[in-house]
Amino acid sequence: MTGAGQNRRALLIVVLVLANLVGALAVIQAKHRARELQSELQVLRVERDRLKTEWAQLQLEESAWANPDRVARIARERLDMRQPRHYAVLGETP
Amino acid sequence: MSRRRRPNVRLQAPPAWRARAVLALFGVFAVVLCARAFELQVLDREFLVEEGAKRHLRTIDVPAGRGAIRDRRGEPLALSAPTESVWAVPSAVLEAPERIAPLARRLEMDAGELRQRLAEYRDRQFLYLRRQLSPAQARRVMDLEVPGVFLQREYRRYYPAGEAAAQLVGLTDIDGHGQEGLELALDEALHGEAGSRRVIKDRVGRVVEDLAEFTPPRAGRDIRLTVDLRLQYLAYRELKAAVAQHRADGGVVVMLDPATGEVLALASSPSFNPNSRTSIPTGGLRNRAVTDIFEPGSTIKPLLVARALGSGAYSTASEIETDGGSFRVGRLKVSDFRDYGDVDLAELLSKSSNVAAAKIGLDLGAETVWDTYRDFGLGGVTGIRFPGERYGVLRDFYQWGEIATATAAYGYGVSVTALQLARAYAALADDGRLRDLRLVADGGGPRPVAPENRAVAAGAARTVRELLRGVVAPEGTGSRAEIPGYHVAGKTGTVRKVDTDGYALDRHQALFVGMAPADAPRLVTLVMIDEPRDESHYGGIVAAPVFARVMRDALRMLRVPPDAPERLAYTNPDRGDRS
Repeated sequence: MTGAGQNRRALLIVVLVLANLVGALAVIQAKHRARELQSELQVLRVERDRLKTEWAQLQLEESAWANPDRVARIARERLDMRQPRHYAVLGETP
Repeated sequence: MSRRRRPNVRLQAPPAWRARAVLALFGVFAVVLCARAFELQVLDREFLVEEGAKRHLRTIDVPAGRGAIRDRRGEPLALSAPTESVWAVPSAVLEAPERIAPLARRLEMDAGELRQRLAEYRDRQFLYLRRQLSPAQARRVMDLEVPGVFLQREYRRYYPAGEAAAQLVGLTDIDGHGQEGLELALDEALHGEAGSRRVIKDRVGRVVEDLAEFTPPRAGRDIRLTVDLRLQYLAYRELKAAVAQHRADGGVVVMLDPATGEVLALASSPSFNPNSRTSIPTGGLRNRAVTDIFEPGSTIKPLLVARALGSGAYSTASEIETDGGSFRVGRLKVSDFRDYGDVDLAELLSKSSNVAAAKIGLDLGAETVWDTYRDFGLGGVTGIRFPGERYGVLRDFYQWGEIATATAAYGYGVSVTALQLARAYAALADDGRLRDLRLVADGGGPRPVAPENRAVAAGAARTVRELLRGVVAPEGTGSRAEIPGYHVAGKTGTVRKVDTDGYALDRHQALFVGMAPADAPRLVTLVMIDEPRDESHYGGIVAAPVFARVMRDALRMLRVPPDAPERLAYTNPDRGDRS
């Protein structure tokens, strides 16, 4: 085997070792990133659940406040409103 | 041994030691196996169980939210909110006995009781301690960091409309499966598909590793109903007030849109609070509008009159003799409230003459009467597919004799549900078209009605509506159903209930079914009050005022222009400023 051939082989080995090293680092990096994303996902899931809960509670609250019986009572008692005895419907009916 | 000779093969008996050696080898194997089994099962058992328990490959369910049920305007009728349930690995908690008391305190449980339950289920890997806590309370429990205590996400069902729509919406069980009402009927669409995670858990149940396998949960679909919550509240409020006022057993209010067959309100009393599982009275779960059948009595007469007009045998000018207020059909004596003399079809309806109705029925014949009721959908499906919905009873006409034909003509011997009867009136309101009723909004507008689903000719339906205005006139039986500003067409009914020994004298059902505005009805409403115990039990006195109050507010809410504005001015509704 010639010296040049040996050099080329050594070079190849070095390159491969380096590539291996880079690959290994990339794996570590990817794993780390995956873990980060995993924990971010976890945080976001918790946040989503919190928002879902809040949204459900807000809807429930709204329907409690907007209960027609309650609205009618407040209109009558607090705002002193009355049902119209005479009325005409203007415009298109829905 | 055989005749063919094989000269090259000579059988030689194997040496005896070979068999013994093989046998010995087997013996050794057996001993080794036994010894190993003994070692694993007896000597190392505890260690191995421990080791095994340290790591479990588990699949955990990720629950999916259940779809909401909403009214036609998007208001929620049933809604799922996430809650947390606290569960434990009993053996792990028992290893830290000093933590049980504070844990019990935060769970609002008795410490002794908790300890006992943990001990009882110590072999289990999963035990619910408390279900469906608010997220805030669950967090306080978890802050204790008791080993072996975990949370599980669960969804709790809320019913914002409460008792007003309780039987309609129905209930789920604590695990979120539909059990009653629409929750049951629509369960397939509402319930989602739980997802799953593959995880490795340690001995005390902590997830130590989340494997990549993850099936996301699929949330249930939201369902939109045709019901208008405002009308539902209104119908329920007036029904409840009337049931209380007349000390009745219960009642039903059904409101339909005759142009589409949509159910706008379906109220049933007695009701219950669906948000509290302990308050459900016996029979309160029943949606009386679909599960209870009754004899329609006089409210069936408009159907008969429509057919009589449609057949051409009768006209609005026809006069029917009422024979001094009673006449006999075999053993049966048909009688009127009093002698009305000769009546025309308008008077038949406004006075509710049984004699005249029976005579028309006998004249048309059993088959035609049966056919009429069939065409109006009595004894058939209404189309809403509600759990427990009944078909009513309409026996075949060839089983009818003269007597059955006569009684059927004024609404006895035939049983219907409130929804069927309301649907038949909706057909009168929609010029004879019998529509399938709808409870779930599917986005489509009114659908064409097949010609075979025509209950009666359009002209006859219009004439009957005209005649039914006479019922609500001051001298009619249903004068209290009058609504200022609108022409109302409707019919009263007072039905005797059946006891074990025939018709009861003192148990009645008061009915009113009607529509407004009479010329082009936008709403059809049925009111049934079951067993009013007042001085009066007449449909015209008990049920008609409920109809008037519900319809008056409903017409205004839906912005239906008054068709008799001149009558707005001088009528003086008794509860004008209430509502």
